[in-house]
Amino acid sequence: MIFPKIKVLHSHGWQYIPDLNKVELSEEFRGRPELTPTDDMEDVRAAAALCPTKALSAEPFTLDLGRCLFCGECALRAPRNIRFTNDYHIASTSREALVVKPGDKQVVFHHENVREDIPRLFGRALKLRQVSAGGDNSVEMELNATGNVNFDFGRYGVEFTASPRHADGVVVTGPISKAMAEPLQICYDAVPSPKVLMMCGSEACSGGLFAESRAIDRRWLESHKVDLWLPGAPTHPMTFIDGVMNLVGRKKER
Amino acid sequence: MNYHIVDNLTSAIRLQDIPQVEYAALYEDLKVRLAQERYHVAHYFATPEQNRLRFYIIVLDDADHKAMLASFAMEYYDDVALPSLTALHPAMHIFEREITELYNVEFDSMPWNKPVRFPFDRRNRNSTIDTYPFYSIEGDSLHEVNVGPIHAGIIEPGAFRFVCNGESVLHLEIALGYQHRGVEQEFSATDNRLRQTLLAESIAGDSAVSHATTFAHTIEKLSGKTPSEALETERAVALELERMALHIADTGALSTDVGYQLGQVACEALRTMTINTTQAWCGNRFGKGLIRPSGSNKPLTAAKRDMILKNVEEIARRYDEVKEDIKSSPTLLARFEQCGIVAKSDMQRIGGVGMAARASGLTRDIRTSHPYGVFADKIRHESIIKRQGDVMSRLTVRCNEVLQSAKYIGELLEGYTPTESMPRPDYETALAPDSLAFSLVEGWRGEICHVAITDSEGKIATYKVKDPSLHNWLALALAVRGEGISDFPICNKSFNLSYCGYDL
Repeated sequence: MIFPKIKVLHSHGWQYIPDLNKVELSEEFRGRPELTPTDDMEDVRAAAALCPTKALSAEPFTLDLGRCLFCGECALRAPRNIRFTNDYHIASTSREALVVKPGDKQVVFHHENVREDIPRLFGRALKLRQVSAGGDNSVEMELNATGNVNFDFGRYGVEFTASPRHADGVVVTGPISKAMAEPLQICYDAVPSPKVLMMCGSEACSGGLFAESRAIDRRWLESHKVDLWLPGAPTHPMTFIDGVMNLVGRKKER
Repeated sequence: MNYHIVDNLTSAIRLQDIPQVEYAALYEDLKVRLAQERYHVAHYFATPEQNRLRFYIIVLDDADHKAMLASFAMEYYDDVALPSLTALHPAMHIFEREITELYNVEFDSMPWNKPVRFPFDRRNRNSTIDTYPFYSIEGDSLHEVNVGPIHAGIIEPGAFRFVCNGESVLHLEIALGYQHRGVEQEFSATDNRLRQTLLAESIAGDSAVSHATTFAHTIEKLSGKTPSEALETERAVALELERMALHIADTGALSTDVGYQLGQVACEALRTMTINTTQAWCGNRFGKGLIRPSGSNKPLTAAKRDMILKNVEEIARRYDEVKEDIKSSPTLLARFEQCGIVAKSDMQRIGGVGMAARASGLTRDIRTSHPYGVFADKIRHESIIKRQGDVMSRLTVRCNEVLQSAKYIGELLEGYTPTESMPRPDYETALAPDSLAFSLVEGWRGEICHVAITDSEGKIATYKVKDPSLHNWLALALAVRGEGISDFPICNKSFNLSYCGYDL
């Protein structure tokens, strides 16, 4: 039956985002925070005491996005000191760069950390294998969304593969549950070299709420170099797209 | 048998009010009771109590809208095996298996004594996920197919073992536990209520609103605070938005798996629109940060109310067009109809819940059977029921629920005046000591149940979480029996169960 299809098509219209470099997210979106010290830091101390993942520290005054779950509670407790902007450009090649300090107006990507073969080999196509290791299915759904009809990241040759043998790298989500530590390692080893490794979501970056849990095993990370850290709870598709474009050298300037 | 009888709105129950019974009496009672469709068990678990192990059970009476509580105790080193209820009512399997896994309590003549999720504090350390005892069938014409733990898509891990006769599936067994993070243990390890709220939001990220609402209700019962009408209205809107988003996403996933690209892209765009509506309200596409105990950081404004109403109306209109297209496409119907059937009698025996149960003709819907929030007064919910129990029925239930949720959001928000005085979240109020509170919420997958037990100082000593997936994974295993193995993906997507919600 053709008429219902024409109707769907007509209502659907054009859905893709024409330029992924020019996306602005809703005002409400909680992205990169900005910190402003004040003479009395009482509010920040109170907020830090409540912070569920100890991402916020009052002395020194920093907010670690690798731990932050972007609940926004600290900004409500210390409105003079902490403000979340809707800036989604929060990926970096450096774990330390995710620690926001007073006065910081961007999360520095640190291009100098990018292995020189990454833009050369993967600049035109990057196939990734995703491994969920205790992820709560929100980061996973956002990664799926990067390939959907709106974001269509496939237009840059960035796609997810079914087999690690076909992949150029691994994207890890979740805090790395004990039971997934070995499958993750096997999967990573099955990806042919040279390859990239990305940690997607604040839980992958630090363990998040489960950093102290006995059901987590993050030892695998100690022996592996991470090429890209992608904070968020979950990581917004635009954070992922922006981070990966930077990594493969498709984006010169911010 | 003496039960303490309450309903889903009753505040916290003092532990001393819960009748302590003998297991034999409970067994005799449930033996008869659970054979009736109106009864099912919401939760049944054990927890250490000084030098003993205390068991709590919450039986739901759907017809009378009541919950019945009882408890019994066992000495730690008692090695008497309790007669298994699973042997009579397979729906009990998940509870008895969990009790055995955690505390080594044996259930006599338990027919399916398998590990549940290999938690880090399990009693038998020799039982590991690599040695899961899969059921096997011998035969020259049979072969096994092993899938997982890592699957082909961007999806959570789990191990699937098929026993096949040629192309068709004789038996499927699903071994889970790969996602175990120790969620329940983390609840009682902290007093930080904000942290507990965020834990609730990450039980299953695709059900953040449903689980956070269940948590908020549980805590409100223990802190003696009744949520205001405005707060319950806004929570309900958020939850129905979540239901719409995930049902639309799964319509898209089913479309993908049968090569129906038009439905796939239309649903992807509609899901984006739905979750972006949630994001424009609260700053997060999954509704994280929206549901908080006794208050809200993101109360609706008139502008946001109008934005939601406008978007939801358009989503419903366009989604309805997709639904009509599916119904008028013989190639799609040929794949979806008569595929992955779970009969009502099977659904009841295994204790299926939620939309999957409703697609098999079994009315399990907390919104009608144990109403809470807006469903207790403002909205008279009527469950959407289908009888065939196949993929098409589950899809149709989803389609109709999307439209129903859109209608509810319209009803709740038309004429709703956002309040200036929405209270802020409460992370401080002390919880009632030596008490038990439970809460039931109908998430998009089905019945969610949280139970909290406090100690003498009002700290959470035990927190139990039940995601509907705990019951429904077995329904998926039954659905694929006799089907071609190539139909597994659409059977799987028609349920879309949670791994992390099961593994905890």
